[in-house]
Amino acid sequence: MTLQFLADGLVMGAMTALGAIGLTLTYSILRFANFTHGDLISWGAYLTLTLAAIIGMVLPSGSIGPFSFGWPIVAAGLVAMLLTGLLALALDYLLFARLRRHGTAIILVIASFGASLALRSLLEFLYTPSPIYFSRELQIAIPLGAGVRVTPDQLFTLGLTAVLVGVMHLLLTRSHIGRAMRAVSENPALAGIVGIDVAAVVRTTWLMGGALACAAGVMLGLTVQIRPYMGSDLLLPLFAAAILGGIGSVPGAVVGGLIVGLAESLGVQLIGANYRAAIAFLLLLLVLLLKPTGLFGVRP
Amino acid sequence: MMLDLLSYGAFFLATALSYAIICLGLNIQWGQTGLFNVGVAGFVAVGAYASALLTTPAMVGRFGGFELPITVGWVGAMLAAGLCAGIVGAVTLRLRADYLAITTFGVAVAIQLVALNAQGLTGGPFGIGFIPRPFAALAETPLAFELVHLALVGGVTTVAFFALERLVRSPWGRVLRAIREDETAAASLGKHANFYRLQAFMLGGSLMGLAGAVQAHFIGFIAPDNYVPALTFQVWAMLIVGGSGNNRGAVLGAVVVWGLWSLSGFAIGVLFPPGQQARAAALQIVAIGVMLAVILLLRPRGILGEHRTISRHVVAATE
Repeated sequence: MTLQFLADGLVMGAMTALGAIGLTLTYSILRFANFTHGDLISWGAYLTLTLAAIIGMVLPSGSIGPFSFGWPIVAAGLVAMLLTGLLALALDYLLFARLRRHGTAIILVIASFGASLALRSLLEFLYTPSPIYFSRELQIAIPLGAGVRVTPDQLFTLGLTAVLVGVMHLLLTRSHIGRAMRAVSENPALAGIVGIDVAAVVRTTWLMGGALACAAGVMLGLTVQIRPYMGSDLLLPLFAAAILGGIGSVPGAVVGGLIVGLAESLGVQLIGANYRAAIAFLLLLLVLLLKPTGLFGVRP
Repeated sequence: MMLDLLSYGAFFLATALSYAIICLGLNIQWGQTGLFNVGVAGFVAVGAYASALLTTPAMVGRFGGFELPITVGWVGAMLAAGLCAGIVGAVTLRLRADYLAITTFGVAVAIQLVALNAQGLTGGPFGIGFIPRPFAALAETPLAFELVHLALVGGVTTVAFFALERLVRSPWGRVLRAIREDETAAASLGKHANFYRLQAFMLGGSLMGLAGAVQAHFIGFIAPDNYVPALTFQVWAMLIVGGSGNNRGAVLGAVVVWGLWSLSGFAIGVLFPPGQQARAAALQIVAIGVMLAVILLLRPRGILGEHRTISRHVVAATE
């Protein structure tokens, strides 16, 4: 057994962490398990792909340094992050906000489950179910010693995740809107009474969650492939990471994401790739049995 | 021509009613007890595979193949799916409602993985064939076969329907609704909420398993692709459209949604060239998803909705 699984697990874990941050925020602030989050990841990747094709007609499309992608993908990714955030906002406006006003949280879960299948099937119709890639270029993996090899794209994924997690942490702990978000997650009624604009907090949460989902989707597209089911296949790892870390905790989601990623790649090495998706599920069951509040969570 | 149409009508209704059995199972879980199950497809799969293993002829390299009678297969399907629901319920029913949703989603994924990969048990991606069809001797005359089959599925649905109606109106059914509406109040009357929830979850799961077995013996062949999340989603749409909490609603919803599904499939066959049809089939799911959202927004009670349960003492006092 080589240590390669550590590198692969960290890369997969980083993407899981980014998705799980958005999921844990919507879960704790809007108070429902959002099954569409995985599909926001897929939409982010496809939006980036489409925009990059358009931008590629104007900007030179050569790749940057050792990476497999060029400036069009970077620019498209940034715009797509905004668009995915807006897609999440549109879903909220059309569906979730209306159901939140009357009806219980569990109705929101049914609605999100339905919306999730609709979103994914729409991608399947628009782009066909066959996988696509951002770039066909082959990347030479860099040996890091001890038999571990990583591609430049994988290193980029890890670096970008670290930056985004840092930014999120600062936003939530130092900025006004971040403090307001934490207040709403603690107690929405009380937050409203002390003059926090709860509607603005909800909007920000969707925008952030959508943008991070898009970033995770682009990274998944760079290091694996783009498929309509890429995000929904990630849903179980995302929930496992968010619950393992403790619902509402951003550091928890990051730690949870890394643990899930590492566990999956260790499991793939030990029992093969066929049962990969079951590993996150087993982790989830273990957490629910042993410590349902998660590592950093307070609410059961 | 007339006979073909009649034969198709019987086939359509039999399929719709097999969905109605799943829908009745979901209604006891969600409609009566408020338990959110997103893993419906998994429980249907367990029933289908269990019955297939019990009744098919033996095959080299695969477990099972006991060639038992079909009725034994169906009972086995109910037991297997009920047991599966019992395990899932025992782990998660004490947690928040949405954790049950996430866990059942995971269960369906895990069952799908076993169906795909455990070749020695499930036949892997190729599934299991040669599942005995009831009244196979009639297969020479399609109309008679479809009609007898409709009678059989209709009979199973009717028995399930009346048994559930009886249960819902029994003290047991009232406890379920009491727990759904106000757990603390029910607990203060000495009702062990989680134990009742577990019973309802297992009963619903075993009905889903029975429906899976009925469908498997109808088609004679099963494969992992039959049990994807889209199936769960169809059944949810059926229950919400028909009216959750109402057994008539569950059956009506199954027939209506299956009708719309077949119609839209027919429309795609006419509107799109053959090469594009597989792709266009994705639009069917989009349409059902939008319909589900619209119903939830505009008519959350569904077509029939739940009957209000009012004590006859209250009724007598207000009159």
